[in-house]
Amino acid sequence: MQILLREPWPWYVAGPLIGLLVPTLLLIGGKQFGISSNLRHICSAVLPKKPDFLHYDWRAVGSWNLVFAVGIFSGGFLASQWLGGGTSVQVADATEQALAGIGFDMTSVGLVPSELFSLGSLVTVPGFVAVVIGGFLVGFGARYAGGCTSGHAISGLSDLQPTSLLAVVGFFAGGLFATHVILPLLMF
Amino acid sequence: MTSRTSLNSLGRLLPYFLVGIGFGIVATKSQIISWFRMQEMFRFHSFHMYGIIMSAIVVGAISVWLIKRFQLRHLGGETINVSPRVQGAGYRFGIGGSIFGLGWGLAGACPGPIFALLGNGVAGAVVLLLSALLGTWSYAVLRPFLPH
Repeated sequence: MQILLREPWPWYVAGPLIGLLVPTLLLIGGKQFGISSNLRHICSAVLPKKPDFLHYDWRAVGSWNLVFAVGIFSGGFLASQWLGGGTSVQVADATEQALAGIGFDMTSVGLVPSELFSLGSLVTVPGFVAVVIGGFLVGFGARYAGGCTSGHAISGLSDLQPTSLLAVVGFFAGGLFATHVILPLLMF
Repeated sequence: MTSRTSLNSLGRLLPYFLVGIGFGIVATKSQIISWFRMQEMFRFHSFHMYGIIMSAIVVGAISVWLIKRFQLRHLGGETINVSPRVQGAGYRFGIGGSIFGLGWGLAGACPGPIFALLGNGVAGAVVLLLSALLGTWSYAVLRPFLPH
């Protein structure tokens, strides 16, 4: 029980467990681990008037994936309620100093910074750019690239697919630029 | 008859729900859903995220190799087919990947963690999800004009 409550679970426990999602989903029903397709399924399910890309049988293709996402939501809820998850995050000293240096309050660190994610911050420039535009780019880019971190970085690289490697290089190029160039400008 | 069909399909979907719960717990407890952990990763200040991603790929790769090597079947009885699902000349991976990365760096969350953050009760994740849906819809509209 102690180990379950320990925060955070070390990488050598979490990483292999996440890797095992790949064969587990393949063995259950031949499904490839991926999550961002759910965004397409939801659009297809709820929009009355749809572009071609959203015209398909989302129930047949996406039911398993949507149920998987509901599971992820539920797992997050269970972990936060009963497994002591998501309370405090202890990042490296260097990260703490760097973020404090551009204006983040690092005295109590949770899952997300209130400077960007609180409802009041969402209408400020930094909050709007990071959360609203950032979320938009996640959705747009994931479908354009044909997958996200789970589909390309974990599933695709597990199958040694060169196109997934190219996508992952793009993921990191974009993330580095956002972290080192855009974020400091936003917080200025 | 209809109720039996829906019961059957519920039974078929239940395993995915349970695996999802497992992922949601691991994602929360390893803090990969934290915006601050992404910052730590993109600043190369900690091995945590890299260790998780790399060990996941190693375990995944060995598993996929074994599944192909022994041509394993899934519970539905068919041989498991692992093949690239996404076609394209290459542009989509480089350009689309970089656009995704910009969002990942700013918002500090990719799609899986968005669902886990919602479960953790992070209100801002609702906005993240809605923005991501808007982004997906915009891609669907612009798709005919984008190089793939």
